[in-house]
Amino acid sequence: MTHLLPTQTARRLPGNGFWRKTWAVLVKEFIQLKRDRVSLAMIAMMPLVQLMLFGYAINTTPRNLPTAVLLQEHNDLTRSILAALENTKYFRITHLPTTEAEVDQLLASGSVLFAIEIPANFERAVRRGDKPAMLVMADATDPVAAGTALSALGQVLQTALSHDRAIPDSMSLPFEIRTHARYNPAAVTQLNIVPGLVGTILTMTMLIFTALSVTREIERGTMENLLSMPITPVEIMLGKIIPYVMVGFVQASMIIAIGVFLFGVPIVGSLLMLALLSTLFITTNLSIGYTFSTVAQNQLQAMQMTLMFFLPNILLSGFMFPFAGMPNWAQWVGEALPLTHYLRIVRSIMLKGSSVADLHYDTAALFVLMLIAMTIAVTRFRRTLD
Amino acid sequence: MNGSDIAIDVHGLTKKFDGRAVVRNLSMQVKRGSIYGFLGPNGSGKTTTIRMLCGLLTPDEGTGTCLGYDILTETDKIKTQVGYMTQRFSLYEDLSVRENLEFIGRIYGIAQPVAAARAAIERLGLTGRENQIAGELSGGWKQRLALGACTLPSPQLLLLDEPTAGVDPKARREFWNEIHALAANGLTVLVSTHYMDEAERCHEIAYIAYGELLVHGTVDQVIASSHLTTYIVSGGQDGNLNALSEQLTGMPGIDMVAPFGTSLHVSGRDAAKLDAAIAPYRKRKGLDWQRSEPSLEDVFIDLMRRSQDNFP
Repeated sequence: MTHLLPTQTARRLPGNGFWRKTWAVLVKEFIQLKRDRVSLAMIAMMPLVQLMLFGYAINTTPRNLPTAVLLQEHNDLTRSILAALENTKYFRITHLPTTEAEVDQLLASGSVLFAIEIPANFERAVRRGDKPAMLVMADATDPVAAGTALSALGQVLQTALSHDRAIPDSMSLPFEIRTHARYNPAAVTQLNIVPGLVGTILTMTMLIFTALSVTREIERGTMENLLSMPITPVEIMLGKIIPYVMVGFVQASMIIAIGVFLFGVPIVGSLLMLALLSTLFITTNLSIGYTFSTVAQNQLQAMQMTLMFFLPNILLSGFMFPFAGMPNWAQWVGEALPLTHYLRIVRSIMLKGSSVADLHYDTAALFVLMLIAMTIAVTRFRRTLD
Repeated sequence: MNGSDIAIDVHGLTKKFDGRAVVRNLSMQVKRGSIYGFLGPNGSGKTTTIRMLCGLLTPDEGTGTCLGYDILTETDKIKTQVGYMTQRFSLYEDLSVRENLEFIGRIYGIAQPVAAARAAIERLGLTGRENQIAGELSGGWKQRLALGACTLPSPQLLLLDEPTAGVDPKARREFWNEIHALAANGLTVLVSTHYMDEAERCHEIAYIAYGELLVHGTVDQVIASSHLTTYIVSGGQDGNLNALSEQLTGMPGIDMVAPFGTSLHVSGRDAAKLDAAIAPYRKRKGLDWQRSEPSLEDVFIDLMRRSQDNFP
């Protein structure tokens, strides 16, 4: 017969063992994560796939944008301009309207993203050196696409027309390109997007990791065992959050490295500060996810809460729309979201080279949000099965 | 440590869920070093009572101590000295045997959790399976692991909630031998079960139904206190006993008729009425009527019926 009880009474360590118990949960969580292939794949694939999808979809030089050209005169010059436009590959001339009303309708319906109008007597004015205006109307609802194409326009036309002997040789373009961005005059620059994606991707993955951690224990029935043991809510919380801080750090490093090497985003400021504040942001999101987990009744509810929280983070943080352009109430909501503060931090450090002094407000805000979440989580944590 | 020889001492425990009392005014005392059997039908409040004892549920009414600690205010201290084996396997199914035991060792602050886990694996006979994922173990091995896990920190009190449900007879026998060995070492064991043979291996038993503790004491005391008179009827041709059973059921003075293999147990609470009721049948040919002690099962089924009458 075997004996169940240890031959000698197991010796217990003195003290309440806060870190020891936290460590026990941490080790357990790491092992469980290691066995959970879906989560492991998510850690690696989510930043990669999202960054590739968003990064390339948003940043890739736009091609074949449908364009309408309204020609008030037909001659060699206008033909050269059309050929040059087509050669850039940015524009694809799909419509040749004859009236301005037609142009407006094409733009409004979204049939074309650009409309170019060459006025009457254009060639004569060019040859005289009068610098006439060529009007370019852009649908700027997709500001990135519009901006890239427009910025290329002048350069391309100058190169193309320099071969035309009939035009006076000069360093500048013999006519003026007057652009008119319609629908969304505030354009977001490309460099803003990759740093923004760092924050967005981290928000999503971090929330999901911890949002399920407590509800999963309840649904699997392991919570009953855990609660019958001498462990406190704070120890459980830290033991469940800390492993994912490390996971989040690896993810953030991956995303930033891709941003730098693949998308050429600079890191003007201090890399150490970026790492420290990113860790703070990761911990804040993990705490919020964990709070959802203690409030939700089951895993489905926890997922729903996560999505409900994720959406305003995307819309009101300044990721999608310029923060300053939002109405006051939306800005107030935005201030309560960690992504808002992290976007300022990450953009400032990566693009502007800001120092800690510039960022103390946003750093403090992240810290406060983290403490609020942790306090709610610890007080909401049900220590009994009542 | 508390010097008293009472491990569990609770009075008037009541627990309500959504206004419905699941446990009503329950009082019990369990001596240190004894095996206390907790019996009762499904949903009678056994699990709820056990959970109140180890601090997993807060009683709505009542007071008491567990290992000398107050069950309302000192649950943290109780938890360090109690091993609780849940009805459902509640260790981590995605952790290996060794990892589960090491986790528990660390939580309880055992000096060398890795060595303690290794020793426990040897003791439990799990050598060779230490790296197997707990979720892939068979029922018997899971039960063994769960018992090993709750004894690992050397607790003073074991609370076992239907530990042998779904375990084969040989493993059950071994399990009970071990429980007795543990109690011999001074460990107090409170165990809930459905099996009558297990109840008979306890030092003391309590029967709980519809949230009320109806009877408690040693097996003999419980049987004596039932005041049941039982006759065992045997013999007769095929179908004879069946027909007799149908005729006797529901007659005044006869409270219970239950077939046991080739014999029939006929019981009544009032011996005189019972004798009167069966008198006409006693002379039937081929039937052998023998007055006997009721079995524990007769007693419990009678108790269950009576409590049902009280709580429709």
